[in-house]
Amino acid sequence: MSTPSAVLKPPRWKSWRAHLHPLPYVLLLPTVFFVYLFTINPTFRVLRDSQIYYHPNLPARPKMTDLGLPGVPEEVRTLRGPHNVGLAYFRAFLDPSTRIGARFWRVMKNTLLYVVTTVPVSMLLAFIFAVLLNRTVRGIGWARMAFFYPTMLPMVSAATIWLFFFTPEYGLWNLMLEKFGYTGPQNWVINPKLALWSLVIVAIWKNAGYFMIFYLAGLQNLPTDVYEAAELDGAGWWSQMFRITLPLLHRTTLFVSVIAIIGAFQTIDHALVLTRELVTGEADLLLYEIYWQRFENADYGLANALTVTMIAILLVLTMLNFLISERNNA
Amino acid sequence: MPEQATQTQTTLTAEGAVSVRKKRPWRSWLITTVTASIALIWAIPIVWALIVSLRPPEDDLGRGDIWFGDRITLESYQKATELAPFFPNWPDEPFPGHSYYVNTIEWVLLTLVVQLFTVTLAGFAFAHFDFFGKRILFYIVLLQMMIPTAVLLVPNFVTIREFSTATLLIPKSIYYKEFNLYDTPLAIALPYFGSAFGTFLMRQAFLGVPKDLVDAGTVDGCRWYHLLWHVYLPPSWPSLTAFGLVSVSFHWNELLWPLVITSDKARPLTMGLLRFTQLTDIGAQWSLVMAATLIIVAPLLVAFLFFQRQFIQSFLYSGVK
Repeated sequence: MSTPSAVLKPPRWKSWRAHLHPLPYVLLLPTVFFVYLFTINPTFRVLRDSQIYYHPNLPARPKMTDLGLPGVPEEVRTLRGPHNVGLAYFRAFLDPSTRIGARFWRVMKNTLLYVVTTVPVSMLLAFIFAVLLNRTVRGIGWARMAFFYPTMLPMVSAATIWLFFFTPEYGLWNLMLEKFGYTGPQNWVINPKLALWSLVIVAIWKNAGYFMIFYLAGLQNLPTDVYEAAELDGAGWWSQMFRITLPLLHRTTLFVSVIAIIGAFQTIDHALVLTRELVTGEADLLLYEIYWQRFENADYGLANALTVTMIAILLVLTMLNFLISERNNA
Repeated sequence: MPEQATQTQTTLTAEGAVSVRKKRPWRSWLITTVTASIALIWAIPIVWALIVSLRPPEDDLGRGDIWFGDRITLESYQKATELAPFFPNWPDEPFPGHSYYVNTIEWVLLTLVVQLFTVTLAGFAFAHFDFFGKRILFYIVLLQMMIPTAVLLVPNFVTIREFSTATLLIPKSIYYKEFNLYDTPLAIALPYFGSAFGTFLMRQAFLGVPKDLVDAGTVDGCRWYHLLWHVYLPPSWPSLTAFGLVSVSFHWNELLWPLVITSDKARPLTMGLLRFTQLTDIGAQWSLVMAATLIIVAPLLVAFLFFQRQFIQSFLYSGVK
């Protein structure tokens, strides 16, 4: 809207009234309404519901009488229907000796392991791919396509294809490992020690190409004169890479690491295909655990408490990212 | 995040490429070989899936060659479509029934159309107007980026199950009606109708429109919708199409939310594949499973083959998400 001229500046309350013109609010209404309904309201709802122990009245499981929440008397737990139990779920999380706590810490360990392996490895591969592709050679478009197409596949399809690769006896992955002399357990998705790594491998394969395009764009925006100067000074390829390219790309690296970490937390489609059969829970990620507790185990309160944990983690990560980028800008 | 978005809006053309090494041809050849071999390794899964899907369905991979069967046929595709309703059964059902393809297209298009409206209007409001509470509202919308919808599947499931006129902010005392949204395309699409990513993208695009053009329009007596349509939108089409491409490919590939919110009728493709792999009578018939996989990924993959540049460009924007 046009600003009033400096000479005829209206009193403050009048400019406020001009700022309350309904049109922008009407334009924003649909977006704000849906964001309220499916982001803000559920966040508060989940905060409330994480304090409710809800004993499901499921006809399919008539024998189930107790979900086992420590610190809550049994006569409360076995009654059907909702009960306010306060922070009992979170107290159970903090105590690894309880069943819920032990499970929670195992899930957190798996998630942490998954994030700290997939994110750096796929970022490193992405950077290497970007450096390899950042040339003007014929056929480079094909290579770019080969690296990027996994991004276009649904995670379910990628996992289904990889499910075959992890097949014992004749799966491609095992055949390849045998070439290198590997004779360990073969069925990766059922083996408790290896199931998590099968998820990691699929995630790396799928995401490296996606992160690559950010590095590629970053590389192509680099100033050429710096390299010419370095060339004149006799800097080799490696020192150019570590002294110039990587420092200049630190913003891209920060940015990619943020989307990689947040993406790692919210993708579990491959777990639904690959490690669903694994009943011991050695490969359960946080979001998978939320899904499983709510929709397979029908422990509503636990699923809500886990969701609260997940939101807390994501908010802390966002804060950290904000602080780091502020510090970099300053 | 705003600066990062503008930073990634670059073209992927070859002219800008820095050629670090010029002199040593053997080195260039080495790098080319390395690139080609890694690219081949990366392409193995899809190539293998394609080859195996062309084997006869009853062919057992464990017996011998895991690549090529005795002959090349399309029988696996035929049998896969018979086993699961991937495609609508046209002659028998005059109206498109509950086939996976129709379901996916329904909810993806529904999401896209609504999003294009909400996102354009919200981006326009944030870029053009100055109003009380603008910053707060902007942060509220951006909250959706920090707490992704995928994480909130438990409470959102409850919201959908309890969807009623009260959810639409109509007081219960005036009018009350419950809608059974579970297992409908609308239920899958609803949480995505407001998009923080799209709003942000469109706001950035609209802020890039020269102020002089807008002022000229205002002087000429344009109403807000004239300004939006004739001044703001024409230079912003690339952003809007990028958003559309990302939205379609993201929602086409979505699994967890549809898995939670549909049971049978509205089941989309990704969930169809999940159920297909879990069918007991399929066992280790990998050619069937691969045929089903390819049926699902085909539209996006073919589109990507033809419009590679546009897709990569759009996914560069998608980083803000």
